[in-house]
Amino acid sequence: MSQIKSLADLRKKREEIKAEMDTRIKAIDPENHVQIKVAMATCGIAAGAKEIMEFFVEQLDRRNIQGVVTQTGCMGYCYAEPTVEITLPGREPVVYGFVDLKRADQIIEKYIKEGELIDGIIPVNYETIDSKE
Amino acid sequence: MHLLVCGGTGCHASESDAILWNLRDELEAKGLSDKVQVILTGCFGFCEKGPIVKVMPDNTFYVQVKPDDAQAIVEEHIIKGRKITRLLYHDPKTKEPVGDSKHMGFFKKQLRIVLRNCGFINPENIDEYIARDGYEALGQVLSEMTPEQVIEIIKDSGHRGRGGAGFPTGFKWEIARRNKSDEKYVVCNADEGDPGAFMDRSVLEGDPHSVLEAMTICGYSIGASKGLIYVRAEYPLAIHRLQVAIRQAHEYGLLGKNILGTDFSFDISLRLGAGAFVCGEETALIHSMEGHRGEPTIKPPFPAESGYRGKPTNVNNVETFASIPVIILKGAEWYKRIGTEKSKGTKVFALAGKINNVGLIEVPMGTTLREVIFEIGGGIRNGKKFKAVQTGGPSGGCLTEKHLDVPIDFDNLVAAGSMMGSGGMIVMDEDDCMVSVAKYFLDFTVEESCGKCSPCRIGNKRLYELLNHICEGKGNVSDLDRLRNMSLVIKDTSLCGLGQTSPNPVLSTLDNFMDEYIAHVRDKKCPAGKCKDLMEYYIIPENCVGCTACARVCPVNAISGERKEIHYINPEVCIKCGACMEKCKFDAIIIR
Repeated sequence: MSQIKSLADLRKKREEIKAEMDTRIKAIDPENHVQIKVAMATCGIAAGAKEIMEFFVEQLDRRNIQGVVTQTGCMGYCYAEPTVEITLPGREPVVYGFVDLKRADQIIEKYIKEGELIDGIIPVNYETIDSKE
Repeated sequence: MHLLVCGGTGCHASESDAILWNLRDELEAKGLSDKVQVILTGCFGFCEKGPIVKVMPDNTFYVQVKPDDAQAIVEEHIIKGRKITRLLYHDPKTKEPVGDSKHMGFFKKQLRIVLRNCGFINPENIDEYIARDGYEALGQVLSEMTPEQVIEIIKDSGHRGRGGAGFPTGFKWEIARRNKSDEKYVVCNADEGDPGAFMDRSVLEGDPHSVLEAMTICGYSIGASKGLIYVRAEYPLAIHRLQVAIRQAHEYGLLGKNILGTDFSFDISLRLGAGAFVCGEETALIHSMEGHRGEPTIKPPFPAESGYRGKPTNVNNVETFASIPVIILKGAEWYKRIGTEKSKGTKVFALAGKINNVGLIEVPMGTTLREVIFEIGGGIRNGKKFKAVQTGGPSGGCLTEKHLDVPIDFDNLVAAGSMMGSGGMIVMDEDDCMVSVAKYFLDFTVEESCGKCSPCRIGNKRLYELLNHICEGKGNVSDLDRLRNMSLVIKDTSLCGLGQTSPNPVLSTLDNFMDEYIAHVRDKKCPAGKCKDLMEYYIIPENCVGCTACARVCPVNAISGERKEIHYINPEVCIKCGACMEKCKFDAIIIR
């Protein structure tokens, strides 16, 4: 890993990372590239997030779906752990709560494959720093 | 096309299930079932206007929908494509209906500044942090600003420390900067110890780089070259992610020598705490880091003058740091617009207790308790009645119904008899006994008192014993005066924040729930039915059918009665385990 030597370097690096994320998606298959984020803070893991993450990693491969599964921090919905965010190409991210193996399977079959929403969506109920004027 | 029906507890209680089924029936009847799906979702955090139905993808947001409205939604909106004006949300100011929920951002009560990256980025990948403008603030600070300018921005923003007391962050930094020394330290207090509080852990686990970046900015501002994070060993995942983050920052040259090609060098290391509550107090924390016992010392000298190894030390909490990069990037003016006059920005709360949406939330200062508990929190579990909310953990107090509309900020909570604390919020319902609640918190502080000063070591123990006495039905009315007097003395004479605040739960329950204390000491009754020694299980003769289920389940054979005859519980033998009450199918057993 090379060192970042100045603010200009940092900004260049940021653009590179963004471009790289973009091309990584495009290179594979922009139409079908799914992003899955699993909330893996201590609380999520305690509620079974690790098994869910492993399930997605394994099943995407087995069911021949192009996508990446990554871990992330707490989304704040402790009452609904494990929580998983799915981003389909060209669509807004959707967060599902109470994801057990059965629901994870439905998410793959119904939402990822067919684009049909399923029960258990957690609506976005906050503003971000970018949307706040 | 999708119809999203809110299945949060509040909406559920007002028949969102029936709405869901009616919508599905209507679609079925019109032959649209395969084109439009009806989905049950979690809480929208807008329970005040529930039940809610959202139409996707056009973002139409229908409020206060009745099961009978299903037909109109399908026939008008789905088939004819016309929005139903009467069901739209009406802007309270303009009275105009809002057609697209994208334009009703104001219903979103939460604003995520501290939690901006939690749940978005992979905390173990620095690139994802950089992609979301990570380290940009540090870059700008190091190459375009003087330390004084940075401190000026933080001061101007009105940002106050999130650890509990709310000391203005910019002033703290300024004092540390003014004190000349060959070596200074930046310390991050990650010794989160309040029962039910987990916001710092979530930030460290979800966005560790934001803390590293802010500590480096602080180091530049006050003239320090070393940073230390005091984190409890019970947070292994937070520790792991911090270690990964520190390593990655080093590899990129964002920590270490000559950061971003400037003359400024800064490094951060971890210090693991053994999880003592008192070590959240900054002087005790510093002693613990030095390898001494975690005991507080009298201030002054403040850590800003003589802290870690006798050098000027600036101690801030995790959440305080996590806001800093945003303040730098967005500017003081932006930050100042959020919050109340004297408390700017947002606050993260950990909602716990008898509340539906247990979780981590972040709201602008000035949001009311009612909005937090009944909208974002989705109200009280099982439709029970709200009784009180404990803010500030064992150092805070309980707030009641009459405080629900108080805008939450540092000063208002103190005026209401509680405090902000680190941000735990434990919600209690009608089944909670407030004397037991005070006892629970005292039990915690007795356990966690370091024992250095006698008011805290002995006084809290005596307070606890007195509360226990009362819960056992051995108290009398004069005990209540003793409770109050002792509390005031402990508050006034204790050495550090732990003892100075530990009687708060007692004082605030005495102020708000005197009737419950009186019921305990005078009538020997616990109105909530929680204190075992003050209650009695009793069989209502009219309801008892003589099924013998209770007698069979009783572990001590306290229940007598023939089959098909009324049963009786012998209070002398009963151990109040509650097994009989759980077993009874006829609601014949009550606590009285």
